[in-house]
Amino acid sequence: MSGMFVGMPAFPKAAHEVVGNQTLRGNLRHATHTIRAKRAKAVDELSDWAELREAGRRIKDHTLRHLDRCLEQLEESVTAAGGTVHWAADADEANRIVVELVRDTGESEVVKVKSMATQEIGLNEALEAEGIRAYETDLAELIVQLGKDRPSHILVPAIHRNRGEIRDIFRSEMGRWGRPAPQGLSDSPAELAEASRLHLREKFLRAKVGISGANFMVAESGTLVVVESEGNGRMCLTLPETLISVVGIEKIVPTWRDLEVFLQTLPRSSTAERMNPYTSTWTGITDGDGPSVFHLVLLDNGRTDALADQVGRQALRCIRCSACLNVCPVYERAGGHAYGSVYPGPIGAILTPQLRGTQSEIDASLPYASSLCGACYEVCPVAIDIPEVLVHLRERVVQGGPVTRAGNKVVLKPAKGHAAERAAMRAAQWAFGHPGVLRTGQRLASRSRRFHPRTLPGPGRAWSASRDLPTVPAEPFRDWWQRGHGGEEAK
Amino acid sequence: MRVALFLTCVNDTLYPDTGRAVVRLLTRLGVEVDFPPGQTCCGQAHYNTGYRHEAEPLALRYADVFREYDAIVTPSGSCGAMVRELYPRLGARARAEGRGDTLATRLAPVIPKTYELTEFLVDVLGATDVGAYYPHRVTYHPTCHGLRSLGLGDRPRRLLEAVRGLELVELPGADECCGFGGTFAVKNPDVSAAMGVDKVRNAESTGAEVLCAADNACLMHLGGTMARLRVGMRPVHIAEILASTEQEPPR
Ligand code: SF4
Repeated sequence: MSGMFVGMPAFPKAAHEVVGNQTLRGNLRHATHTIRAKRAKAVDELSDWAELREAGRRIKDHTLRHLDRCLEQLEESVTAAGGTVHWAADADEANRIVVELVRDTGESEVVKVKSMATQEIGLNEALEAEGIRAYETDLAELIVQLGKDRPSHILVPAIHRNRGEIRDIFRSEMGRWGRPAPQGLSDSPAELAEASRLHLREKFLRAKVGISGANFMVAESGTLVVVESEGNGRMCLTLPETLISVVGIEKIVPTWRDLEVFLQTLPRSSTAERMNPYTSTWTGITDGDGPSVFHLVLLDNGRTDALADQVGRQALRCIRCSACLNVCPVYERAGGHAYGSVYPGPIGAILTPQLRGTQSEIDASLPYASSLCGACYEVCPVAIDIPEVLVHLRERVVQGGPVTRAGNKVVLKPAKGHAAERAAMRAAQWAFGHPGVLRTGQRLASRSRRFHPRTLPGPGRAWSASRDLPTVPAEPFRDWWQRGHGGEEAK
Repeated sequence: MRVALFLTCVNDTLYPDTGRAVVRLLTRLGVEVDFPPGQTCCGQAHYNTGYRHEAEPLALRYADVFREYDAIVTPSGSCGAMVRELYPRLGARARAEGRGDTLATRLAPVIPKTYELTEFLVDVLGATDVGAYYPHRVTYHPTCHGLRSLGLGDRPRRLLEAVRGLELVELPGADECCGFGGTFAVKNPDVSAAMGVDKVRNAESTGAEVLCAADNACLMHLGGTMARLRVGMRPVHIAEILASTEQEPPR
């Protein structure tokens, strides 16, 4: 994934800062709780939500099982409709392809539709290194780009910014990228939206190359689908002469009919709308209507490896609605940046370690960035059992085992830094296998209870820095039971 | 009906009062309950921290210890969920690893016989009024595994509402996680503590004297947080409320 996340600290360390930042905590709490309540209402409206969710899960699972055939069918249909299909095994290859395609047009700037895939591969940075400027046109992405910031949410990448901060960014940065912010710009949402409209419009009208991702690709017809709220996507998809779409291979569905399910579940799950304002679909090229050149770059970048894993592959069902972020109590308090990836929140915690591996400090810490409360699984419109995958990836971190990396089967060694924990787990397992040993330990704890401190030194501080320790009772239950057999004389 | 109490290792060691309360409550309802001494731990902490293979012998021990009983009652939503939701997964994973059906077959008999306490009371005994008396203002926190894995639904509420003298007050943000999460509490201490503080502040805002839950692991975290924040509330397991009567008030 993108180079900007290399060398990130482990999740708990990154989260530490945010937990202490009351303004940011307030912004996140307000934003997530608002959308959480709205989503619940939008979903409750549909009496067949459970069926839609199950249908979504099955369509995706079926497609993933036949991914090879679906993709070949897609390539045929896109080609037949006048488009060109490129295959990219990883981020570097995808970036190289796009850079060359843009170069071939002779242009040095592109407009972009909001896209997770292009962020994942760090496309903007790759273009910039070749002297090509990429303009983000989604409002929140624009805020992130102008602020030289990182996205912290899948759908609302600037969720960590408040209105005042956005006004300041517009005032100081817009001029460097094009049309400056209007004089005396205030922090009212209407004025901020108007400022971005004016700033972006000149880019839409000038750009000869558009770059997008896609929410769905229909194999049978070769149609791509972008679902959005602002209409900037529609501009980028129709005005330029050349359109380049970079799409993860798992975004495919077999037929048009399958869209019926997702076009209901996606908007309700993400923006809590019955229907999103703009749904753009295009099939290759059409004479005199929209771009005259269309390239589709199909991106793997770790997806086939994830597909090879029986438990982890369900993460590929994700339609990037971000409902799991909005209900996640950990995301709400740690913020998106702590996840060290363009995919934050619960889905990021299971997707990133599968796409990037579990070798770096941040990636190995992500499967633990959850209390396993299950709220994410409950809201996920394609029923990804995120807690199940988290635990599976924890096992991969502490025990190692067989995985697929870059198409090859390899056996991972257990990660470093878990030796003490592993020893403790084995010791506990041994004690629990011998009730007599357990009982001796319990009695020792009971007898020494008057000397137990209220706080612990060393690693125990992780508990006692914020919480008192429980007091150990005079005797464990099993002793009481054995003395009186639960009889009243024991009282 | 032969009924066994699976108290869980945490309750056995730290919360024997909860165990005594379950025994007292079930005895009062005419259920003779046994505590097989071979029981230890369901293996949840091992499993959820990534030590699935280490959890397997503990699951097998559970299956052996409780095989003969008709029903196994546990006062813990998360340990109940370990058995009912995750033991089948242990078996399925072993099968996927080419280790055959042995694990799945040995675990299978105890899985459907395992009930969380409030499930046993409401579904098996058909009781919502258990004849309890508890003259206090109480707010109830539904713990995550009870709520989402076992689907306890309104069973605990119905039981509490039927308790004489008890005033049940609504907990704001009730279905949000308290932040315990097993080893999460120490692996991500800042986020865990922040979640605990928010839960405690919500509980405090209800004006209740007692924060009730059906899982002592979560109450250990919340009780420790309350003590540190000097919040004048008590964490109490639901079994202790349901066990108390005019004649035998809680100790
Ligand atoms: S994992 Fe599920 S809830 Fe989360 S973004 Fe993906 S589809 Fe949405």
